[in-house]
Amino acid sequence: MASREAMLEALRRNAPREVPRPDLSGLGAHYPDRVAQFSAALAGVGGTCLVVPDLLTAHRALAEQPSYRDAKRVVSLVAGVGHANLDPSALAGPHELEGLDLAILPGELGVAENGAVYLDGARLPQRALYVIAEHLVLVVEAGAVVNDMHEAYARLAERKAGYGLFISGPSKTADIEQALVIGAQGPRSCTVLLVGPPA
Amino acid sequence: MAGGHPEAAARFVADEAKAHWHDQALWWVRKKRDAMASAVPDWEALREAAEGIKAHTLSRLADLLEEFERNATLAGAKVHFAKDAAEHNEIVHRILSERGVAKLVKSKSMLTEECHLNPYLEARGIEVTDTDLGERIVQLRHEPPSHIVLPAIHLKKEEIGTLFEKELGTRPGASDPKYLTEAARQHLRKRFLAAGAGLTGVNFAVAETGAVVVCTNEGNADMGTALPRVHIACMGVEKLVPTRADLAVFTRLLARSATGQPVTTYTTHFVGPRPGGELHVVVVDNGRSAQLKDKVFRRSLSCIRCGACMNTCPVFRRSGGYSYGYIVPGPIGTILAPSRDAARYASLPFASSLCGSCSDVCPVRIDLHHEILAWRGEMVKRGLLPFRKRFAMKLLSLVLRVGGLYRLTGWLVRRGLPLLPRGLVYGRFNAWGRARELPPMPGETFRALYRRYRGQP
Repeated sequence: MASREAMLEALRRNAPREVPRPDLSGLGAHYPDRVAQFSAALAGVGGTCLVVPDLLTAHRALAEQPSYRDAKRVVSLVAGVGHANLDPSALAGPHELEGLDLAILPGELGVAENGAVYLDGARLPQRALYVIAEHLVLVVEAGAVVNDMHEAYARLAERKAGYGLFISGPSKTADIEQALVIGAQGPRSCTVLLVGPPA
Repeated sequence: MAGGHPEAAARFVADEAKAHWHDQALWWVRKKRDAMASAVPDWEALREAAEGIKAHTLSRLADLLEEFERNATLAGAKVHFAKDAAEHNEIVHRILSERGVAKLVKSKSMLTEECHLNPYLEARGIEVTDTDLGERIVQLRHEPPSHIVLPAIHLKKEEIGTLFEKELGTRPGASDPKYLTEAARQHLRKRFLAAGAGLTGVNFAVAETGAVVVCTNEGNADMGTALPRVHIACMGVEKLVPTRADLAVFTRLLARSATGQPVTTYTTHFVGPRPGGELHVVVVDNGRSAQLKDKVFRRSLSCIRCGACMNTCPVFRRSGGYSYGYIVPGPIGTILAPSRDAARYASLPFASSLCGSCSDVCPVRIDLHHEILAWRGEMVKRGLLPFRKRFAMKLLSLVLRVGGLYRLTGWLVRRGLPLLPRGLVYGRFNAWGRARELPPMPGETFRALYRRYRGQP
């Protein structure tokens, strides 16, 4: 590990005098109606938000979605939502998920400013689920929609650090002449079901 | 370098229609960025916070690196240290070869471009697939990216159609972006499924948790790490941030500045490997600790690679990424490239109008145009100006210093220039006049005007 020692030594030797950490407490966005803002932000990034009172209504609302009606192979990790016919924890590996039409996954929280939903990796038996599915449905409590990323990371700091991610809308690219194309490598649609009363 | 920025830019603008299109395409991205930035009420406070976090981080990099190593290792990752590009490439190759990996899928990493990892691995029999659509396009064309966020921004859809027809078997003449993207999706899906390892860049590495954070829109980093068992994440040491709270600041700034989105589609935090898998984090110096020592240019290490300075730069938009001849082009590349090789990139600091627009849009408030100006001074000090420019500067300096000589020169030029044949005035000695007309010579001097209206000066 000669390089490790050399790097640390050079970084110490060449560092400027210590600069204090800035105070981040004044930053942030505040929305009078977080659910409405979340819904608008998600629509802006090509996703769809449905606000429903309970899981049963969520299940029925889903049946109206074309991505759900046409799905043959379905994984659902949200009890009572969707007709799952594939158990991801019974698979030999993530490669067997190729050809998955729909994944219905639980989200921990939503972010009003950008329409993102946080997924906790500990709840995913396979990481590939959220990206390999042709269509994605995320189920989040409406009361768990926070204003902005500051609030989101503050909530996450209460848990043990682990694998997890924010998803904001369907997979997309604009690499050919800046023309937006939905469904680059991952899901071609992203529907978020906000369930229950808002906070 | 043989042929600096002016020569390369001349080749780019020779196709006037395409150069204009390039300018407009990037300006459109800039406008999207403006709309997003102005919709965030605390935007300027956010930029100041980002600048502050980076300054704090750079002052404590060694401690933060040790903290990161400790926490990443506790989470089950293996942290490797590479002093330079060669060691980085050796480490990546060793990880792959020890596990018998013959196929690698990569998501975007400017660091591996900097280290020329792809040719290194390919020469050793490893199939490397860049999986970001733009990067795949330029890889199939055997070109480097022309922009750090929009790698194929220099190409028209028809050129991509022709490329895909040859490489992926798409319909002849097809150029619809949706159709071409779908073809790439099918092609890349096979590569993801067949790969033995996935390599990603790193947007942020969190010392507090040992997480590496990767941001993409396509989901290619997620696909490339969820399918193969082995994940290699390569990062420059300056990607560290102290805590999770800092990520909030950067995730709010990055995509808004880069492409005018509120956040990237995927912001993935990798903490340790997945069950049964491996996570290797390769931390690279490659000149960064030396840059840290430089009082003037150290702030360039704060860069989060959003590309906003390129999209706004009047020179970049009109000359294209390749005119810079360095893997990171545009204003930030103009500062980074000469730090690597001042002689080779001596023309870059002059490829700027010093308008300061880059500094205004930079989400971490790097004083880009001041650093570009500082590089001009360095080039003069190091004797790296071309003879003609050096000579012209010397002459001008003399004329401006000696009052009598100034008046005499003024008189000679005012009277003499209109009499000279055009071929001589716009000859090869007048570099300035190559693409511009000289202004008409005034009848009298400012001095004479002043005297007439205000009396003796």
